[in-house]
Amino acid sequence: MNAVWTTLQAQPATWLALTVLAWLLADGLYVRSGRRALCNPVLLGIALVMLALWLLGEPYADYFGHVRLIHFLLGPATVALAVPLYLNINRLRALALPLLLALAIGSVVGIGSALLLGRLFGLDHNLLATLAPKSVTTPIAMALSAQHGGLPALTAGIVIVTGVLCAVAAVPLLNALKLRDPLVQGFAIGIAGHGIGTARALQVSSTAGAFAGLAMGLNALVTSLLLPLLLAWMG
Amino acid sequence: MLYGIAVLLSFLVAGEAVSAALHLPMPGPVSGMLLLLLWSMARRRVDERVAKTATSLLSYLGLFFLPAGAGLLVLGDVLQQHGLALAVVVALSTLITLLVTALVLHWLLRRRYRSGA
Repeated sequence: MNAVWTTLQAQPATWLALTVLAWLLADGLYVRSGRRALCNPVLLGIALVMLALWLLGEPYADYFGHVRLIHFLLGPATVALAVPLYLNINRLRALALPLLLALAIGSVVGIGSALLLGRLFGLDHNLLATLAPKSVTTPIAMALSAQHGGLPALTAGIVIVTGVLCAVAAVPLLNALKLRDPLVQGFAIGIAGHGIGTARALQVSSTAGAFAGLAMGLNALVTSLLLPLLLAWMG
Repeated sequence: MLYGIAVLLSFLVAGEAVSAALHLPMPGPVSGMLLLLLWSMARRRVDERVAKTATSLLSYLGLFFLPAGAGLLVLGDVLQQHGLALAVVVALSTLITLLVTALVLHWLLRRRYRSGA
């Protein structure tokens, strides 16, 4: 029995299957819950995978090595966001100016509020550099964090938490404030909560998802340019 | 299906090449997304096979975050020390960013519709 498990443990298929099953279970629970915000499938899925790794005693680094294939699919999926964007091209063209203005303000507020609040809570420069890129997609956030003296691994965790929080809280919050336009919801979710937020916005509508994806991409660019300046000024 | 995958992968590669060659601070996949958007705009259409693949891939977007997300497991030590402050800052900052962006965009769009543009 032990020999069998040792063999299975070394097979990527085992961990790929576990991850996909965790997602299907999480998504099923989300649907079964009546699509409650707190039952967000990314949140549940991450919790299920962590629980399974802990129960099976599988080190995270080994697990990640086996499921690289799933992680890799983030790349083509990001490219795929061009399709819903193109289907909204007329609105995108007509609204380019307000979108760019909202992007600039959202990006500055995203970095600036993290730095100001962080200082208020007495965090040192390293932790501020770790926090500041929290609203951009993981690979960029980690690179920015490393470049400015932060802790990239912690940044990756913070980025995930930021995205999950946005995925859980954004729609109920924006609905309560009567900000129901899918374009507005999607764009704000993409600025504040990158790809995980975008996955949530896609559940609202393909328009919300398209503008979330656009906002995520643009925010990655703007944050890379602004973060060094804001960190030098406020960090 | 396979054709759609081939197109998405090709634009991913092109995006990586553009980001690297021009030293863009944007990661390759985001450049790839913008390239595919520009390409579709130039041709004034999206190939149906690409659209189909893109739609099915995006319906599983959440799944693709699970491997990186489970990495929260290994952050136990730092979180024990600074976890509370970090959690409060992340939560407040994220919600402020979300609300400010949504309100600004809402206000700008309302002004635009009112002025009849």
